[in-house]
Amino acid sequence: MKNPKPYLNPYLAGIGLGLVLLAAFVIMGRGLGASGAFTSVVAAGVNTVAPAHAQSNEHYKEYLNTPSGNPLKDWLVYEIAGVLVGGFFSGWISRRIKRTVEKSSSYPVSSRMFFAFFGGILLGFGSKLARGCTSGQALTGGALMSVGSWVFMIAVFASAYAFAYFFRRQWQ
Amino acid sequence: MNAPFFQFGLFDVDTALIIAFFIGIGFGFFLEQAGFGSGMKLAGQFYFRDLTVFKVMFTAIITAMLGLFWLSWFGFLDLSLVKVLPTYFVPQLVGGLIFGLGFVMGGYCPGTCCVAAVTGKMDGWIHLLGMFAGIFFFGEIYPFIADWYNSTSMGETTLASLFNLPYGVMVFMIVAVALLGFYGAEKLEQNFSK
Repeated sequence: MKNPKPYLNPYLAGIGLGLVLLAAFVIMGRGLGASGAFTSVVAAGVNTVAPAHAQSNEHYKEYLNTPSGNPLKDWLVYEIAGVLVGGFFSGWISRRIKRTVEKSSSYPVSSRMFFAFFGGILLGFGSKLARGCTSGQALTGGALMSVGSWVFMIAVFASAYAFAYFFRRQWQ
Repeated sequence: MNAPFFQFGLFDVDTALIIAFFIGIGFGFFLEQAGFGSGMKLAGQFYFRDLTVFKVMFTAIITAMLGLFWLSWFGFLDLSLVKVLPTYFVPQLVGGLIFGLGFVMGGYCPGTCCVAAVTGKMDGWIHLLGMFAGIFFFGEIYPFIADWYNSTSMGETTLASLFNLPYGVMVFMIVAVALLGFYGAEKLEQNFSK
């Protein structure tokens, strides 16, 4: 078993990511995203379990009305499917696929899992309020100089730094 | 003018979905190569241990920004056809604050937790579940917060129009700030790794 390869130089990875984003702008006239794809999945799920309830909700309706009528036949859902494949491929060729839990070595797994779940809830909710996440707002909107995207980005960093102290045992 | 290709009708919606899949592969590939499948690496940003998040994000932003600027300068791309996200100031500010807390607590953001999950991080899978729960919660309370969610609307405002600067000047200023930021980030990392 060989050791995992080192990560790519951050500036090179950034240029690569920037060119992928630029390709999306040039080919599609739109940027990247992530939280939108998850909203499509949630909307599709609610629509399957309780169609009347989903149809009466303006927010779900927005995600249910795709050109094909199938909420999962959506641009961002296909893009995220690609992210899963691309991420796995990259991890595989760099020998980084490993079943593990990311945390500092002394931190208990149960606490880490609790915070992973609860952090995920806040992240999902926050990205909905902001109309996008680090992909759709910070990267895409950032490159297009959208005011709201820059406000979002600055708020994310400010808040994460402000609360970092409370989670230091998890990460240090 | 030839681009954006989709807006000029070069291919149909079904083809666009296949393109989305391939763009996603590129996106996921570079996220993983940058180390963003690791919560420890991502969180390192908030303890000044490892500023990779800042470096990668801002390099990506200025790369795409400069690309857009030059392609439209040479008349290849019609910038007015690239959709600028409309601004809703207060909801986006509050959303960002909640998101930032979730980021340092959970360790990932929506895109990076996909990469974490597929490379075997169990906390990435749990994080993904939490995110679905958070989005579901938002969907369920949406009718009660819809008015606030649509408040403080500023339309498709860009930093250039906000500060009343030419587009190119604003691009130049952001690139200059980013380069200064990279210099500062390298210095900070050196100091904190001592």
